[in-house]
Amino acid sequence: MATSTSSPQDRTTGTGPPPGTDPGVKRRRRGALLHRLDVKGAPYAFIAPFFVVFAAFSFYPLIYTSWISLHRVELASLDFMEWVGFDNYLALVRDERFWNALGNTITIGVLSTVPQLLMALGLAHLLNYRLRGSTFFRVASLTPYATSVGAAALVFTMLFERDFGMINWGLSLFGFEHLDWENNKWAAQAAISVIVIWRWTGYNALLYLAAMQAIPRDRYEAAAIDGASRWQQFTKVTVPGIRSTIVFTIVLSTIGATQLFGEPLIFGQGPNGVTGGADNQYQTLGLLLYEEGWKSYQMGRAATVAWAMFLLLILVFVVQRLVKRFVARKA
Amino acid sequence: MPRTRRKPRTRVVAAISAVSALGLLVGCSGGGERTGGGRKDGKVTISMGLYGVMGFKETGLLDKYMEENPDVVVEAEIAGDEQTYYTALQTHLAAGSGLKDIQGIEIGRAKELVDTQKDKFADLSGVKGTDHFLPWKQSQVTSGDGKVIGLGTDIGPMAVCYRKDKFEEAGLPTDRDEVAKLWEGDWAKYVAVGERFKEGAKGDKVAFMDSASGLFNAMIYGGPQQFYDKEGELVYADNPVVKDAWKLASKAATSDLTAKLRQFQPGWDPGLANGTFATAVCPAWMLAHISEKAGEANKGKWDVAKAPKGANWGGSFLGVMEDSPVKKEAQELVAWLTAPEQQAFLFQKQSLFPSSRTALESPEVAGAKSEYFNDAPIGEIFGAAAREVPEEQVLGRKDGTIKDIFSQGLTLIESQNKSPDDAWNTTDERVKKAVG
Repeated sequence: MATSTSSPQDRTTGTGPPPGTDPGVKRRRRGALLHRLDVKGAPYAFIAPFFVVFAAFSFYPLIYTSWISLHRVELASLDFMEWVGFDNYLALVRDERFWNALGNTITIGVLSTVPQLLMALGLAHLLNYRLRGSTFFRVASLTPYATSVGAAALVFTMLFERDFGMINWGLSLFGFEHLDWENNKWAAQAAISVIVIWRWTGYNALLYLAAMQAIPRDRYEAAAIDGASRWQQFTKVTVPGIRSTIVFTIVLSTIGATQLFGEPLIFGQGPNGVTGGADNQYQTLGLLLYEEGWKSYQMGRAATVAWAMFLLLILVFVVQRLVKRFVARKA
Repeated sequence: MPRTRRKPRTRVVAAISAVSALGLLVGCSGGGERTGGGRKDGKVTISMGLYGVMGFKETGLLDKYMEENPDVVVEAEIAGDEQTYYTALQTHLAAGSGLKDIQGIEIGRAKELVDTQKDKFADLSGVKGTDHFLPWKQSQVTSGDGKVIGLGTDIGPMAVCYRKDKFEEAGLPTDRDEVAKLWEGDWAKYVAVGERFKEGAKGDKVAFMDSASGLFNAMIYGGPQQFYDKEGELVYADNPVVKDAWKLASKAATSDLTAKLRQFQPGWDPGLANGTFATAVCPAWMLAHISEKAGEANKGKWDVAKAPKGANWGGSFLGVMEDSPVKKEAQELVAWLTAPEQQAFLFQKQSLFPSSRTALESPEVAGAKSEYFNDAPIGEIFGAAAREVPEEQVLGRKDGTIKDIFSQGLTLIESQNKSPDDAWNTTDERVKKAVG
């Protein structure tokens, strides 16, 4: 580039005769400075928009949240912050609602992620066959993903309604009467998981499908010649072939599960949504944060929950790295 | 040469991206307008922040005011949900920007605003022609030193809405006066009628009342104080009004008299239409909701009877911001909107019950009948309830939140088979956490 040829020259002028005597030298020096700035500074200017936005909307809130979490602050009087040190954190650890919410986040996470990924795998396998109208089916499997959380959750909430919901009407044909989905802990968590599964299965299936289509056909042919059945081909060729995509979807779904918020909020409707049921039976960590912040208007405690969630994610990451290292060493 | 040409271009791009980054920063720190209104070319613009269905814009009252006062322009911004509205109002108050000249105040927030933000509101105690309110209404927005931060709009006096046809099937009287006699003076009698209803009802598909929390609300909102005392201390645990209400509501819940629904939540609306419950304690503003959700098919099946005791659930105020550049004009507008004539008009249009005593006594309110509810004399029934509410009702800072927690406590008994004592302990703990 233009830069590399001229820079040695710059340096020699910099160490040359005393400054300020010759206007030509001055101009040249200014030019060199601008040039240096161009070379060294331009890259930073290019990346600046991202980092400025990141600093303003992610980093600063993160730091300010941690500052707030050390205070007792109410939304009505944000100017008045009372220093309480780590009291909020101690109270949170002693609060059974926190452990309940953590448990619910994990159980709903497992209930929604595991069936979702298994079904996505099966669906992708089916879509991978040569079939008529395959584009239609592929697009159709992505439509739930394109629906908004609000719309999907609202419709499902009506379907799961106790007295006049369609699902209870269907169950009544088999002799199950009036299952109170919202008030029964496991029924409520299952219902919320259904909403999540409905929305995300098709999306994951398409990711798997893309990975499956990258597997060379001759592997299947070789397997068929060796006498492998369809199922054996699936488990021995397909699944190993898309392993990295499976890991990717597991990571994505886990992140999604820890942030679960909209579905249970809408499922509960009104005050019950905020607390995750009258008995907090499906309150996730996201909902607990919302309850502290936007029902009790206690900003300090809400910030504490946010930081606890952040620290938990870091903990999970560290544990995962340790396990990985341990496994690698053993191998 | 391509080399030399590329250089200035990179510089331009770099400059643009740096400037845009700076622009983003500046964009964040903008603002500084005090309130929405102002004066321009001899015209006064007044901005209003409202929520839900307060009726001023919907019924054309604001247009009427602008017609009568050609030099005034009123701009109303209406948030659908009061919770969202209040969260925004709080942040605007804290930041000192984004406020309107006139802000709506819901009764559940009144005390918090009086306690923490009264300096930001203009004192309305001296505004002319505002001495026509029910005494307890204005006491809710009056601070200890006599500052009035809002003028009353509607109130929610309570009655009992009941299904005539279900009462007849259960062998109970159906005439509204006779029905009111059954439980006159005591909510315990209302629950006793429920027992009779349960025995007489054919099949077990119809519950006597929609929810235990409806009964609980009606009982506590008839007392002089609920969760807090005058000094702002939490007294619910020792307040006989709350304890009695809890006892009776949990009795109704455990003896299977309720449909185990939550008011305004899924299941409740179709319940109104399909008759899964025979009664609902209803504040005046609920009538519009019932007639809409129960639909034309059930016209004449629902009726309204006087409640055992007068109580008030809900209602709003309009406050003017102290910093408003058009404070005087905004005060005049608020006084006009809450004047008896306009309140009576809103009652006829939107069944928002007047908080003005003068409006209550006007023939168009006092003599009002509801066609949907079997021509029930709603003006008379709700008016009587409004006058039975104690002269001074003590509100508390977190009334709205605590009310929700108590409703959930009763749901624990109704739908989760918890014992009333367990549910009380859970509720007690939750209130302490929410307030703490």
